[in-house]
Amino acid sequence: MDFNLLKPELTLLVTAIAVILLDLFVSRKGWLTVLSLIGLAVAGFFTFSQRADLGQTTFNNMLAVDNFAFFFKLLFLGITAMVILSSTDYVSKFKNFRGEYHALLLLATLGMTLMAATTELMTMYVSLEVASISLYALAGFLKDGKSSESSIKYMILGAVASAVLLYGMALVFGVTGQTQIGAIAAAIQTSGYSGLMDNPALVMGVVLIIAGFGFKIAAIPFQMWVPDVYEGATTPVVAFLSVGSKAAGFAIIMRLFFSAFEFPESLSLDWGAIYAALAVLGMIIGNASAIPQTNIKRLLGYSSIAQAGYLLVGLATMGIAPASEVIGRSSILFFLFSYALANLGAFAAIIAIGNKIDSDEIKDYAGMGKRAPVLALCLTVSLISLIGMPPAAGFIGKFYIFNGAVQSGLLWLVIIAVLNSVISAFYYLRVVKVMWFNEPASLEKVPSSGALRLSLLITTLGVLAVGIVPNLLFTFAEWAARMLRF
Amino acid sequence: MDFNYLSFIIFVPLLGAALVAFIPGLNRNWIRGISLLTTLVSFGLAVAVFALFDHSRLGMQFEEFYTWIPAINANYHLGVDGLSMPLMVLTAFLGLMVVLISWKEELRAREYFAWLLLLEASILGVFCSLDLLLFFIFWEIEIIPMYFLISIWGAGRKEYSSIKYVIYTLFGSAFMLAGILSVYFTTGSLNVVELTRNGIAAGAIPAVAMFFLLLVGFAIKLPVFPLHTWLPDAHTDAPTAGSVMLAGALIKMGGYGIIRIVVGFFPEVARDYSFWMVLLAVIGIVYGAAVTLRQTDLKRMIAYSSVSHMGMVLLGVFALNEVSMTGASLQMVSHGLLTGLLFAMAGFTMHSTHERDLRKLGGLARQMPVATVVFSIAGLGSLGLPLTSGFAAEFITFTGSFASTAFEGIKILVVISVSGVVLAAGYILWMLQRVFYGPPQAQFDHAHDATAIEKVYMFAFVILIFAVGIYPAALTDIMKMAVMPLIK
Repeated sequence: MDFNLLKPELTLLVTAIAVILLDLFVSRKGWLTVLSLIGLAVAGFFTFSQRADLGQTTFNNMLAVDNFAFFFKLLFLGITAMVILSSTDYVSKFKNFRGEYHALLLLATLGMTLMAATTELMTMYVSLEVASISLYALAGFLKDGKSSESSIKYMILGAVASAVLLYGMALVFGVTGQTQIGAIAAAIQTSGYSGLMDNPALVMGVVLIIAGFGFKIAAIPFQMWVPDVYEGATTPVVAFLSVGSKAAGFAIIMRLFFSAFEFPESLSLDWGAIYAALAVLGMIIGNASAIPQTNIKRLLGYSSIAQAGYLLVGLATMGIAPASEVIGRSSILFFLFSYALANLGAFAAIIAIGNKIDSDEIKDYAGMGKRAPVLALCLTVSLISLIGMPPAAGFIGKFYIFNGAVQSGLLWLVIIAVLNSVISAFYYLRVVKVMWFNEPASLEKVPSSGALRLSLLITTLGVLAVGIVPNLLFTFAEWAARMLRF
Repeated sequence: MDFNYLSFIIFVPLLGAALVAFIPGLNRNWIRGISLLTTLVSFGLAVAVFALFDHSRLGMQFEEFYTWIPAINANYHLGVDGLSMPLMVLTAFLGLMVVLISWKEELRAREYFAWLLLLEASILGVFCSLDLLLFFIFWEIEIIPMYFLISIWGAGRKEYSSIKYVIYTLFGSAFMLAGILSVYFTTGSLNVVELTRNGIAAGAIPAVAMFFLLLVGFAIKLPVFPLHTWLPDAHTDAPTAGSVMLAGALIKMGGYGIIRIVVGFFPEVARDYSFWMVLLAVIGIVYGAAVTLRQTDLKRMIAYSSVSHMGMVLLGVFALNEVSMTGASLQMVSHGLLTGLLFAMAGFTMHSTHERDLRKLGGLARQMPVATVVFSIAGLGSLGLPLTSGFAAEFITFTGSFASTAFEGIKILVVISVSGVVLAAGYILWMLQRVFYGPPQAQFDHAHDATAIEKVYMFAFVILIFAVGIYPAALTDIMKMAVMPLIK
């Protein structure tokens, strides 16, 4: 056991505890933000200094320290830093518990970084719960009616999903007698199954695992929690869960299905087809339900379901065409990164606007182009990226995912996906239209703190930079996609 | 390394857009000045490219090639040939003209000029790109400024028209993206020059599928009947400068894409389906002209006439003959000048009289003699009067198509489509008569004639219209060289 390899995770844990302790002693709560950011930076530094030692496992093959985990660690740390920066205005609403707020965010991040690294069913489950339980608490942090309601909904449905997942894992364990993903793959291959249907227990196991993780990534039909939680929960937490939780879900799915269920090929064809079907459902239902929404957080909730649909196209590619699987995987990574930038930017703007006007209704965004031109411009760039229009990052992300799918013979799926992108333009642009063309109710300016503006600047410039010169991220994603196989 | 003409032509207006948008505290004169200067520089460089263009060389000139995204073999690859160079010059010209046309714009001038310059840059990018991804990016960027231009500075049902425009275009580009991905998957290349030269060997995806995926995007933009219904709304409700750019440069992207990409990549499939495409062209020409006759709104009338005139482009392209395709290419340039001027004049007339209903206008020849002459020249060019560019373009298109051997019976279809020209004479002359002739009306006595700036752009248009009409060979020679390799 080499604790050196765990330095980033341990740093997060120590920072979380330190933040709670510090909360007891300082009266200027701004220091909590500073300490959290320092903790994230140190964790990032440790992660980065591991890049020479990548490609090994630790704790008896339970955790992988490889390119793939490296990518996600940096992604999660970046996401959390952006969320903490954008929260500075919002947390001043809390009378108490600002220390706990930051500590829970850090703990959720810890859970997510572990999710990207685990290679064994039990640690997968435990790290998932570390992340989830922190998020349940965070969702209800405002303690008003809607916030509590959303927290309870999230927790109950999340608990059901966890149970389903655990049951699926138990079945897989029952069939293979193994929990380590490499050993599961070996057991499946020696047993000579040629497809899912050969063994009803394995079918059940894999389907239940897909369902359990489907909850995390907001895939149809496991998305029921999304709109209510997005609408009710604390806005920075929604930002966090819309990108962090989703990315972690995809990380764990990719690790598990890539290593454990990749061979025989007929098996991966089967789950690839399931993901293709989920992708179609997610895109169509997500986009269609987003159109009539009047609340921007709800709208982004449905949009995140649709975006998960595009990402599922990448998973389908992974399953259906092992030959182009590197593209399948790296395109998911690329898309997750660009989606994170765009969504964090959008939510940062929504936090600032919501703080001022105390409403998340789209009609109250009228005239934001006049009242807060910078916020409105950043939100517009983010929304354009979510549509997938150049020159924003979202376009290259979609191009990359669809490219992989076409190469695996999924042209039909790509046509459905691009048509859905067109449909999505309709509701995203409606927000743009209200902001720039409708007359404002008042001409009061919308203030925002320096920290929030910084996170807005980083994400917006990031969206444009990745959209115009995507090469760096391409290379990074491709490199990260060459993960350890067990 | 040579001077990167094309990059400068594209990015100088973009720089202008950034300056106008982001320098704080600019007054209107500075905004107009920066816009004028950057479009003037861009146009000057475009003229230099025109002058330096080597008429005897086949293939691309002024090429620029830089690696962009090696992971998917996408490059920053620009270049022009006889097909794209005239369209590039046309766009730079119109970009300069619309700044003059919008000289008096006061409503949110900063945003207005920034969008206008961004629009110009993106259209220039489309005509100069030789990499499919780069092409597609410029193609999509154009949507955003057009959306804002129509919905903020437009008139009438502007919000409906702008969103209709966006949805139609995005719908088309969705198919186009699928087509580009299919081409890329089959060949592993995004390089337009290589793809045209080597052809696309049929792979897992049938060539017919790729052909139609790509075609839909371009057909919506051109527009091809029955996908044209966005055009009258968008053109009518856009501000004058927006209409000029739309009709003058933007819809040419569709025709250009069909020639360069659809026919260039899949000449055999184009031959197989030429009957159906020519049929749609003929329906577009005749139907467009017939509907134009019935219009009572000045701008809407000109908009519908575009449907008819762009049908001639489609006819020339899918007659698949060297002469007819040269004619189609010339028709795009000619239509850009003529309809650009028609929209500019319609905008001028509306601004001056505050009236756009053909039934209420009348007798303006007395109040605005200069405008009457210029409007008449644009109109007569549009109906194909000899010595104007319209005549040269339509004549070459029709004679080329008539001699085509693409399929049995094309001659009958061409003869039917010529009736579009007869109808054009009807609606143009009728319009001129209704607007300018007849007894002068007292309520238009306040209408003023062209001022100095307006005369500048009017005469610039008129000079080019006659120049192309009197000596079309300056363009047709190089166009022929460019289309020849596509259909051999």
